[in-house]
Amino acid sequence: MAAAFRDEWGRIVAALIGRTGDWDLSEECAQEAFAEALRRWPSDGVPDRPGAWLTTVAKNRAIDRLRRERRGAELLEQAASTGGEVETMEEPDVDESGIEDDRLRLIFTCCHPALPLEGRVALTLRTLAGLTTAEIARAFLVPEPTMAKRLVRAKGKIAGARIPYRVPPAHLLPERTGGVLAVLYLLFNEGYAASGGPELIRAQLCDEAIRLARALSTLMPDEPEAAGLLALMLFHHSRRRARSDAAGDLVTLEDQDRTRWDRAEIDEAHARLDAALRHGQAGPYQLQAAIAACHTDAADVADTDWAQIASLYELLAEVVPSPVVALNRAVAIAMARELDDGLEVIDELEASGELAGYHLLHAARADLLRRLGRDDDAAVAYRRALELAGSDAERRFLSRRLAEVGGSL
Amino acid sequence: MKYLMFVCVDEALVTPESTKDMPRDTSAWVEEMDGRGVRLQGNRLQELSTATTVRVRGGEVVLADGPFAETKELIAGFDIIDCADLDEAIEVAGKHPVARIGSIEVRPFWED
Repeated sequence: MAAAFRDEWGRIVAALIGRTGDWDLSEECAQEAFAEALRRWPSDGVPDRPGAWLTTVAKNRAIDRLRRERRGAELLEQAASTGGEVETMEEPDVDESGIEDDRLRLIFTCCHPALPLEGRVALTLRTLAGLTTAEIARAFLVPEPTMAKRLVRAKGKIAGARIPYRVPPAHLLPERTGGVLAVLYLLFNEGYAASGGPELIRAQLCDEAIRLARALSTLMPDEPEAAGLLALMLFHHSRRRARSDAAGDLVTLEDQDRTRWDRAEIDEAHARLDAALRHGQAGPYQLQAAIAACHTDAADVADTDWAQIASLYELLAEVVPSPVVALNRAVAIAMARELDDGLEVIDELEASGELAGYHLLHAARADLLRRLGRDDDAAVAYRRALELAGSDAERRFLSRRLAEVGGSL
Repeated sequence: MKYLMFVCVDEALVTPESTKDMPRDTSAWVEEMDGRGVRLQGNRLQELSTATTVRVRGGEVVLADGPFAETKELIAGFDIIDCADLDEAIEVAGKHPVARIGSIEVRPFWED
């Protein structure tokens, strides 16, 4: 069931949108098809072709709904004309884009440049990747109602201004690349540091994001940010086995067994990043990959070139001024020079209120206070981080740290 | 779907060189869009100094000399276009020569 959802969700929703032009209807009918599968598959068995089964159910639901709502005969005809076969649900104008990968082509189609960047990225994550509004809100560090409003606004513009769901021709792909990169980046992040639920890492999301970033790099060999993003993912992914212990608990970079890092992935990441940097256009993904490389190249935390990391974050802050980048820079400063310097920057950030609801701000602050031996202050910050953390594994980690500084919940 | 194109000029981009081919290019654009059946109507507007803004406040008609909003870009003309979807409207607007020295706002009609 999980496999069918992963493989088929985006394709089914996209096919319905392509036929009806109604995003809400398409999403709801896809949901109903999966609910139907949950009811019937356990007793009837999984059909030979789950995708075709789900597509047919979703399509029939859409036709029923359109009929009930007495919508235009033209829409009905379009929806009904598709037949039940998955093959015939394919977009007809596939060839113009030159994108071989089905999933990547759908993402480019969804990332329409007439929508605001955040709106199109959020909508793509919701519509094609099936992430929840809550997960997307966390990725953008905004409250869930804010994200829900953004999604409604984006869908409102699609309907109001009649934005078509159409595969773009090859020459119009570059204006969509920024959105596509952001979609893949956030997809990987959600997989690598799940924002909620029992698992720390959702391995399938990571694998899928890497696969898509690879396809994007192949499609756009002259876009260094595509290679940069792939390198960034590979650097992080190379540490996945060392990142949690046998109980599934988080192990920080400092305590990771570096022999468990995936050397083959690190080598590939370096090669990709070097090739990207030769273009001489260092964008945010290449810079983040370069930062990840500093960590990966060090024998241990003490050996890490924190000064280099701090200056890379400074460059990154110029390209993308964001409080999260400022937070990371503060941590690097603390590790490179004096803990107090870094703590001062974090305190300023906290005072600005921009990251008030961000658990990692409080976790980072707590960590510096712990290193400074200010256990009572650290305990307060750990408690605050615990209130805000989304995944169980992160909460267990923070609870352990809290106990170390002598605090209790 | 019908869209209104507000054709705006950015005065900072107006030079003898940048506007030299405007009349010819605009005529060519009109000819192409009329030929395609996309452009329903449109016109160039007179100078900003000819504008009058009308408001009713407390039941009284209040007039002001000039446009309703002072902006860097001024509305120099408009076109009503009938397109299959926003992609076509963007393609049509993107071909308008004034887009090179200003911007074109494309807004769908309330009732199509």
